[in-house]
Amino acid sequence: MYSFSYHRPASVAEAADLIANAADGKLVAGGQTLLPTMKHRLASPSDVIDLGAIAELGGIVVNGNIVTIGAMTPHAEVAASGEVQEAIPALAALAGNIGDPAVRNRGTIGGSIANNDPAADYPAAVIALGATVRTNRREIAGEDFFTGMFETALEEDEIIVAVDFPRPEAAAYMKFENPASRYAIVGVFIARTAVGARAAITGATDCAHRAHQLEEALANDFSPAALDDFQAPVDRMNADIHASAEYRAHLVRVMAQRAVAACA
Amino acid sequence: MREQGIGASVRRKEDQRFLLGKGRYTGDINVAGQTHAYFLRSPHAHAVIEGIDTSAATAAPGVVAVLTGDDLAADGIGPLICGVTVTSDDGEPHRAPAHPALAQGKVNYVGDHVAVVIAETLTQAQDAAELVDVKYRPLPAVSSTGEAASEGQQQIHDVAPDNVCFNWPFGDKAANDEAFASAHRISSIELTNNRMVTNPMEPRAALGEYNSGTEEITLHMTTQNPHVHRLVLAAFNQLAPEHKLRVVGPDVGGGFGAKIFVYAEELVVGWACRKVNRPVKWTGDRSEAFMADAHGRDHVSRAEMALDENGRFLAMRVQTTANLGAYLSTFSTMVPSYLYAFLLAGQYATPLIYSEVKAVFTNTAPVDASRGAGRPEATYLLERLVDVCAADMDLDPAEIRRRNFIPKDAFPYQTPVVQCYDSGDYEAALDQAMELADYAGFAARAEEARSRGKLRGIGFSSYVEACGIAPSAAVGQLGGGVGLWESAQVRFNPTGNVQVFTGTHSHGQGHETTFAQLVCDQLGVPFENIEVIHGDTARTQFGMGTYGSRSLAVGGVAIAKACDKLIAKGRKIAAHAMEAAEGDIEFADGNYTVAGTDKSMNIAEVAFTAYVPHNYPEGVEPGFDENAFFDPMNFSFPAGTHICEVEVDPDTGVVEIADYTAVDDFGKLVNPMIVEGQVHGGIVHGIGQALLEGCRYDSDGQLVTASFMDYAMPRADNAPDFRVGYAPTDPPHNPLGVKGCGEAGAIGAPPAVINAIANAIGARHVEMPATPETVWRACQSAA
Repeated sequence: MYSFSYHRPASVAEAADLIANAADGKLVAGGQTLLPTMKHRLASPSDVIDLGAIAELGGIVVNGNIVTIGAMTPHAEVAASGEVQEAIPALAALAGNIGDPAVRNRGTIGGSIANNDPAADYPAAVIALGATVRTNRREIAGEDFFTGMFETALEEDEIIVAVDFPRPEAAAYMKFENPASRYAIVGVFIARTAVGARAAITGATDCAHRAHQLEEALANDFSPAALDDFQAPVDRMNADIHASAEYRAHLVRVMAQRAVAACA
Repeated sequence: MREQGIGASVRRKEDQRFLLGKGRYTGDINVAGQTHAYFLRSPHAHAVIEGIDTSAATAAPGVVAVLTGDDLAADGIGPLICGVTVTSDDGEPHRAPAHPALAQGKVNYVGDHVAVVIAETLTQAQDAAELVDVKYRPLPAVSSTGEAASEGQQQIHDVAPDNVCFNWPFGDKAANDEAFASAHRISSIELTNNRMVTNPMEPRAALGEYNSGTEEITLHMTTQNPHVHRLVLAAFNQLAPEHKLRVVGPDVGGGFGAKIFVYAEELVVGWACRKVNRPVKWTGDRSEAFMADAHGRDHVSRAEMALDENGRFLAMRVQTTANLGAYLSTFSTMVPSYLYAFLLAGQYATPLIYSEVKAVFTNTAPVDASRGAGRPEATYLLERLVDVCAADMDLDPAEIRRRNFIPKDAFPYQTPVVQCYDSGDYEAALDQAMELADYAGFAARAEEARSRGKLRGIGFSSYVEACGIAPSAAVGQLGGGVGLWESAQVRFNPTGNVQVFTGTHSHGQGHETTFAQLVCDQLGVPFENIEVIHGDTARTQFGMGTYGSRSLAVGGVAIAKACDKLIAKGRKIAAHAMEAAEGDIEFADGNYTVAGTDKSMNIAEVAFTAYVPHNYPEGVEPGFDENAFFDPMNFSFPAGTHICEVEVDPDTGVVEIADYTAVDDFGKLVNPMIVEGQVHGGIVHGIGQALLEGCRYDSDGQLVTASFMDYAMPRADNAPDFRVGYAPTDPPHNPLGVKGCGEAGAIGAPPAVINAIANAIGARHVEMPATPETVWRACQSAA
């Protein structure tokens, strides 16, 4: 790790000020990606601004049909939240199966979606549930937030404050795990909502995305059988030592069918 | 049986300090004036070094020295050696390219050692390493085991044409060919034995200290065999004369073979501490362990079995290409030769076995022994082939094994591949395993699984291994440069407690408990009054260390022999003290008694008398402290049958180990709890190889699986509860009746798992690691 200046602001405004004035600053939430990268000397920010002391970024609030999760809420807290378990059990289950206990106790929802790892779990939930990402500047629709591999709609120095999840009628997330990293080789999030089925896929391609074809296939028949002939486009799939494109495309269907079945 | 003697599941003594965080590992040791070493490693798999400019690095803040291969050579520090010679088919010894600890003009794998930076802090050393200017001229890389010796491949070493280290045929080819020509049927299989990164929990580390007053170097390091390290570093690397070199292996967090060898880093640390006249510390990180620890396995093989009309094995022939990596590690040559081909008989009375092993160099990390070393490769090949034979002959896999087992009345049994098995009852283990696994109920379980959409399969593995390594004469005949006896010293202190010094090294095996149980049982001294000491060449007399499941079978016997000597000496002292004839003295349960009387003297009193010899027999030396060496007369031959049941999800290819039974013959068990722990660990290791672990280099020789993000180790949820049983036989060559248990699981498990998967999905073969995609594809082709 190279040397850097460490800051621990107490408010979002202060954090925004620090990052704006840093030569090459980085915001750190749970640090589950940034710190290993820095330890391997693959990142060398001049300033690290730790969001961990900002009270307004924490907490889980359920207000009517909206579940609001503060950006700095660790995965373990989401997983253990009775309110999330009651309102969107699939979201609590997703959070409870990210990484391992150490990751879940440090990693946060804000950090996860800001990093937008193509194999991360949360982006699938944010997209499929039609969530809204709130920042210190604006609100961004979940499906517009993830723009490419490790790329998001966030502007320079923009800070995520919270994510608002509307409560679905039913939802389920099926993850096919990489046996080493436990990231998603393929993850499919399916939600049944008042306005129809919503689906998102993570892990399979360069960026988590809404799966319109799945949604169309489920529009008239929300059942696993409706996806029997579904074929994910092989040419868009990732391929690596853990799974070929063909296998990933196959898994998209299998995971989608299992997620639909779990929504019942 | 004494309460804490042989056969008792005594809780491990060492866990008190480990569970309290009071273990003391190399990384925990820091000394005044200590500097830090950082190794600059090659990013290229294969490249010529056209120049190294260290001037900017040397001038960087905090830097004490930047050292390269030229400095090493100038100081006369020798290259790393390989200690076992294999004679190639041209009658010449195996090709042995120079293996400098720091590169001299060329690098041959990613992670190869280019330079070392010694600085006041590790960060300063790392910063300076970035300033070392190395001019590389990359060369094409060789990374495929199967193709390394093919035409058109880049030659890595001048001394090794076609990248071949040795071609080693073994057996009577003509007789073998004849048997094949007249066989009822020939069954064959082609398979790879996947390369593994051994990954002990604690990465390697070393702390070197030089005392210019005594000219002694003390090297604390992660070692499984401190005296072997001292011997090789002194005799072959000229680090220091043996009596001026102290090697200490303090608490060591696992080895599994990877900490047997003499590596560049530890040698360089030992050399550099004298060169800069400051203590030098190196603590390897996980990335370095992936890159530069010796890896294991990595074979590509074809095997055939000639069968008669009843499914009896007439002859077997095997062709194997074994990857030794870029350089020869310390014991690398013996792993795919003597430790492999000599185990190809397995549990079967196959009369003819012929094998050809081609060992090749590639631009990958050196490959050497890893838990089992050669024996897992032999067992996997044989036990997969046996299942293929069973399928071809339409025989139950248990039945074909039973028909070919060496019968229990045939021991000692001379195999056609050198080894003479001293004891065994293979059918007893098979029967017990089938009973424990409820083989009869399998069909019903498979049907129930089908109702859930799962394919359930069952797989057998009947293994035998040669451990208790090793009779020195046999090692010498095979071209080994060492003797593999073991030594012990058992010392009573005047106050009656006992210190046991062993030349083996415990790095997770629980020797401090097991050996104390041996002594407790034999000398009748309370368990808590016995301390086992190991791992320091300045404290223990000598020893060859721990590997090859040898510590109890060889080292334990040396302890027992030292105890015998104490008992004999004590008899003289007790006879004198109790005014009786020596022949009338009996020893039992810690007490010398005069036969037929109530006169008695505890061994602790005898010890006191020996140190305070006021009233003492003439001609007997004072003191109560004996040492002994034991050189085994034969290997020991643990064996057993493992039965694995899996459930395969055909939609995803995911394999779940549904049930696992292991029935082993380890001879007598000293601490059944520790043995069972070794069985569990070994099986999980084997499940890891079968399902998860696959070390991969790409065609440019880049290590693709360089971290736990890409290299999958087994975890608790990859294994079920195990059913463990024992079917012991008494090995006539071992005075304690023990055989060794540390490697058995890693040897037995991989074929049991793969046989179960093949059975579940109806495939002839599935390659390891049987990842979900591999199994899914096999399901597609089997369907």
